[in-house]
Amino acid sequence: MVATAPHFLTAPRFRGGRKAAQLAGRWVGFPLLTLFIASVVLFVAVAMQPGDPVTQILGSRATKAAYRVEQHKLGLDRPLIVQYWHWIHGAVHGSFGDSLVYKQSVSSLIWPRLTVTLGLVAYAGVLIVLFGVGLGVAGGVRRRFGPVVAVLSGIGVAVPGFLAAQVLIAVFAVRLGWFPVLGSGSGIADRINHLTLPSVALAIASVAYVAQISRTAVADAAGRPHAETARGRGLPGHLVTRRHVLRNASIPIATVSGLAVASLFAGAVVVEQAFGLGGVGSLLVQSVADKDSNTVLAVGLILVAVFIVTTTLLDLLRYLLDPRMRKGARR
Amino acid sequence: MSLISVTGVRHVRGAASSLRRDPVVAAASGVLAVLVLLALLAPVIAPYPPGRIDLYAIDQLPSSAHLFGTDSLGRDIFSRTLYGARLSLLGPALVTLAASALGGATALVAAWYGGRLEQALLRALDILMAFPGLLYAVLAVVAFGTGLLAPAIALSIAYAPYIARVVHAVAASERRLPYIESLQLLGFPPSRTIGVHLLRNLRTTIVAQTTINFGYALLDLAALSFIGLGVQPPTAEWGLMVGDSSSALLNGSPQESIAAGGAIVLTVVAVNLLGERLAARAGRSSRS
Repeated sequence: MVATAPHFLTAPRFRGGRKAAQLAGRWVGFPLLTLFIASVVLFVAVAMQPGDPVTQILGSRATKAAYRVEQHKLGLDRPLIVQYWHWIHGAVHGSFGDSLVYKQSVSSLIWPRLTVTLGLVAYAGVLIVLFGVGLGVAGGVRRRFGPVVAVLSGIGVAVPGFLAAQVLIAVFAVRLGWFPVLGSGSGIADRINHLTLPSVALAIASVAYVAQISRTAVADAAGRPHAETARGRGLPGHLVTRRHVLRNASIPIATVSGLAVASLFAGAVVVEQAFGLGGVGSLLVQSVADKDSNTVLAVGLILVAVFIVTTTLLDLLRYLLDPRMRKGARR
Repeated sequence: MSLISVTGVRHVRGAASSLRRDPVVAAASGVLAVLVLLALLAPVIAPYPPGRIDLYAIDQLPSSAHLFGTDSLGRDIFSRTLYGARLSLLGPALVTLAASALGGATALVAAWYGGRLEQALLRALDILMAFPGLLYAVLAVVAFGTGLLAPAIALSIAYAPYIARVVHAVAASERRLPYIESLQLLGFPPSRTIGVHLLRNLRTTIVAQTTINFGYALLDLAALSFIGLGVQPPTAEWGLMVGDSSSALLNGSPQESIAAGGAIVLTVVAVNLLGERLAARAGRSSRS
């Protein structure tokens, strides 16, 4: 694939050619390679799964002939590599086969659930940016808030999503009745109302983590010589903060917030389960427990793909934000 | 040879003694030591066997008979929290030790030999790092079934790159220092140079990152048993206990959530504080 890079990337006349090829490798080649390896690992893990899907469908008393027919229908009599090819070919075209448990196409199971998960992650992402970065910057700029933010975020990072979920349900849904207990709601306002507690539970640890990093990043940037100089030259404090401190601190903050948002997809698996939300995360847990291999494969691949796309976009964003990276200071 | 490694050793000793004076480090290590002791001595201290069911005494609030109250099957929560500490601490310990061995070895090989091998290893680590650890653990459960061992192995692999990156960065700069070259010129085999001298100077870095990983491993393993893919009931384990306590909590009996959830938060806060201080120390001594 790399050898047949498009003409405009390899043509020697274009001065940035080598660089452009490198960048294409970083944002297209590497993510695709990662996705490919992940898909192989995923497939092998599911193939190693104890138990036999044919017996799962037909029961243990099926005749040998019926067993062979079903095995052939599922394609399980073919070599593993052919099965992989068949699966990935279908997956690229958006078809993941039928669920062994629900007896309907896996795609029809996934798409409605994906909107729930994406809504949850997006909502939690907003909370992370608002409160994580907000608290962190406040703690870094205003010295008096510093210790408060440090202590709160130190405790916050240690609160697992499932514990937060449980406490939020008990307090805000059951005791106070402010929010619905279960389900994901219909319509936009109702959906937001249903997703509020889950998003808070999902976001808490990440908000705390981002606040921690932001606080140190801002405090660090404020102590750098160029900021001291600007202050020494008599520039008003708020201008120093805005122009010289926050701009420098924004790069580590953006990086960490981005990674925190991307890893929400893993946290969503747990939080959806705790709130009984019908998202892809709870579908993954359910299908793993049911040994519903087609569904496990599909959800696994989609989660991994979404994760890779998110981190790649973040890397691209960081490159655009930070002029130093364009000069090739890194890598 | 002793002359050469002396400076490195003194760094670490100096760091260790000033760490000992730090009240935060003292408090965090004290808490962790007590937790480990309670876990080890659980059979001696626990007033009841962790699995003893008493349906006449369900969801009781704390009393003199049941220090932390009882759960929805009438089991003594104090005893279960103590026994739970065993698996809840052993799991992350296995994960972090294995991850550090695996990641540390990879990083040292990469930093030592350099060149294409280094590039390839670093790329492989990038790929491993591309996914959250919990997904690895779920995959391991798919392939090998629920329990502690399969997810622990998967998380060890998932956490290895985090330690490898840090160790590689320090090892690569350490590799260029004159003492390594002197040792090579003196004819010491690489195994000895890496294993004794380089490793000794990387010790604080490795210990710090291992400590930081411990907290994450604890949270991931607890989350896994909470969603039913880790350790199975009726085992006493903190994540499982939090999961079990849902309905009791809704019925106004928060004691199990508080005990198990509190144990998780307390442990992770203590581990993180310790890890942060160690990392700060490691950063300072490698920079100076």
